[in-house]
Amino acid sequence: MIYSVVGHYSLILGLCIGLILVYFSIQNFRNFNQLDNKILSFSFLQLFFVVVSFFALVISFIISDFSNETVFNNSHTTKPLFYKISGTWGNHEGSLLLWLLVLTLFIFIFLLRTKNQPIKYKILTLVFQQVIIIGFFLFLILTSNPFNYLFPVPNEGLGLNPILQDPALAIHPPILYLGYVGSSIIFSSALAATTLKMVSTNWAIHIKKWVLISWIFLTLGILLGSIWAYYELGWGGFWFWDPVENVSLMPWLALTTLLHCILVLERKETLTSWVIILSIATFTLSMCGTFLVRSGILNSVHTFANDPERGLFILIFLFTLIFLSLFIFSVFHKPSQNNQANFFWLSKETSILINNWFMMYFLSVVLIGTVYPIFLDVISSQKISVGPPFYHKLIIPFLIPFLLMMAIGPKLKWIKSDLKDKIYLFSLLVISVLISFFIVKNFNANVLVNTILISAALYLFFITLRDFFNKKYKNLAQNIAHFGFSLLILSILFNNLFSSEIITNLKVGETYNGSKTKIVFESINQKKQKNYNSIIANFRITNSEGINNNLSPELRIYNQPKITTSEADIKTTLMKDKFIVINLVQNQDYFNVRYQVKPFMLWIWLSVMIISLGGLISLLKKRT
Amino acid sequence: MYGRKVKLRFLFVSLILITLILTVFLVLKSLEENVVYFQSPSEIKTLTELDKSKIRVGGMVKKNSINVNSDEVNFIITDFKNEINVSYSGAVPNLFAEEKGVVAEGFLKDRNFFSATKILAKHDENYMPPEVKKALEEK
Repeated sequence: MIYSVVGHYSLILGLCIGLILVYFSIQNFRNFNQLDNKILSFSFLQLFFVVVSFFALVISFIISDFSNETVFNNSHTTKPLFYKISGTWGNHEGSLLLWLLVLTLFIFIFLLRTKNQPIKYKILTLVFQQVIIIGFFLFLILTSNPFNYLFPVPNEGLGLNPILQDPALAIHPPILYLGYVGSSIIFSSALAATTLKMVSTNWAIHIKKWVLISWIFLTLGILLGSIWAYYELGWGGFWFWDPVENVSLMPWLALTTLLHCILVLERKETLTSWVIILSIATFTLSMCGTFLVRSGILNSVHTFANDPERGLFILIFLFTLIFLSLFIFSVFHKPSQNNQANFFWLSKETSILINNWFMMYFLSVVLIGTVYPIFLDVISSQKISVGPPFYHKLIIPFLIPFLLMMAIGPKLKWIKSDLKDKIYLFSLLVISVLISFFIVKNFNANVLVNTILISAALYLFFITLRDFFNKKYKNLAQNIAHFGFSLLILSILFNNLFSSEIITNLKVGETYNGSKTKIVFESINQKKQKNYNSIIANFRITNSEGINNNLSPELRIYNQPKITTSEADIKTTLMKDKFIVINLVQNQDYFNVRYQVKPFMLWIWLSVMIISLGGLISLLKKRT
Repeated sequence: MYGRKVKLRFLFVSLILITLILTVFLVLKSLEENVVYFQSPSEIKTLTELDKSKIRVGGMVKKNSINVNSDEVNFIITDFKNEINVSYSGAVPNLFAEEKGVVAEGFLKDRNFFSATKILAKHDENYMPPEVKKALEEK
């Protein structure tokens, strides 16, 4: 109880400091020289209060203090300690407190680490960031206070949704939020830089680090979510074009585009409008993500219980921010005219620009697919959903020029260039087409489309691979990231082409005899754990080559809340995953069995890690 | 008449415009082809014409209606006014149970029979499809 009180008042104090900071900054904006230290210490104080509040909630979870409503709703005494702690941010209130923690942490680090920039710029960034922070404080205190008091105090909590009791999902929200919220710094400082008319090469070099940090975290956050969905949801896929997944992909696309624009701006004062608009877009899309997931507007397979009042608050807040930023953009931003004539059609920046347009196109496709059903529901109350075919049809064809541009673009020079090694580039293309044709030919898939797609990805793969051994070529970070991307696309394509699936219902002791695969349901064991009972099924699977595999998927029946989850058993090897998951249908003897062979799953995960490694290297690299 | 630069710019702008229009057209067209409409059992009963395209049916799984054999799962979706028989031969999600909300995606055979290709899981056991909630409130 005492912790809830401490946590609650810390929140209010943090809000007060936010208001004081804004007041001070505006009041003393002209004689700013004395302000620098004061601002730093006040920001630290604010961070301190949010940390206290956050840890008060964590402790309430650890000691299972059910006088706290959030703890009561989301925890249980029999839950393992690890999930008691991760349960702190596994719910709406706690996850918002985490947002706030990251917001205040980032602005403090920003103030601490930003040197060689005008103090005015730092102060203005702080003011914009405080507007966001104050908004979140109000949101937290008014609509979703994590420290609501319950009386009489219940003896036992309702428990955490078992599907969230998983190591990958325990760290998924913090990592994803570091990416989401990291974009708030980019947003604030872009607005500050626009106001002070200092969107320039110098600023680009300074903000690039922040773009990279949030890009790396966002990439890893999406990866963790995807891995979790793969083994926990039992569908055997890694991406379903579900709205909740899409809302994390949209800021990623915007951020990736922004990163490439910043690379151009670092060299040459151009694309300034792009950079500002993308900075605004990335953060608003991150906010939209939170809004859509938490308001319950989305009709998603990931839907969590929710509250419309909260949605309304975020919506108003979101529109305020968009309006504010567009106002600042249109009033203060004057694009410089003198540089535009210098665009030569064959140069690195042109190829980056072209691919930026492609990424904007992908972003709009995802946005339309995600928002259109909501829109239609509001105007005509028709319920629809947009399935994967929509995205595949609109995105896949455009991946081909996109991949080719990714391969050739980095070969070009800045400003003006001509293509060197034409013969070599061309011969690699021919080799890629030949190889992919021979791969695809052996399978009765759509030959033309697949050949072209695989060729384009292979082409990028070969070119980036060769550049690792090319001494003249120095941009390691870019090379690794693009290499990872080619690997990702290749793995996804092969995964799609060569996956196979068997779905059947079996009783214990029965055998499924397919044309290639034999599945024997040998036995079941039962085990009692601390907060769940598990049923472990033992299968022996024989493939066409006569190789036996023993797989043991598990069903967990949790006691509080009373939910059954399936734990897939996955045999991962370098080349393919064997994936089996079972489910027991209520009051029936039959087990629902799904067995899949998924090639290159491991490579999908690895390639995303390689992509973020590229970002990490770029972050650590000393600028020459 | 006009300078080379103006001509070039004009070409560039018209190229962008054409691409933009094409893109919008493409997006709208495939949106039209690929949306899946959501219908309740009652809405299906009142259909004048059977739709050949993929739809979603949502409601509650009727009590004692689930029946499993070696290659199919059969059950009844109800919105407490009307019901529809569903047959499904795929993997069922964990939260699929009697008297719980369910959304099935597939094709209508006739007004009483639905052949599902996918059953959607919800993460939250208290989740109810919005239409079912509405139907329950009206009752």
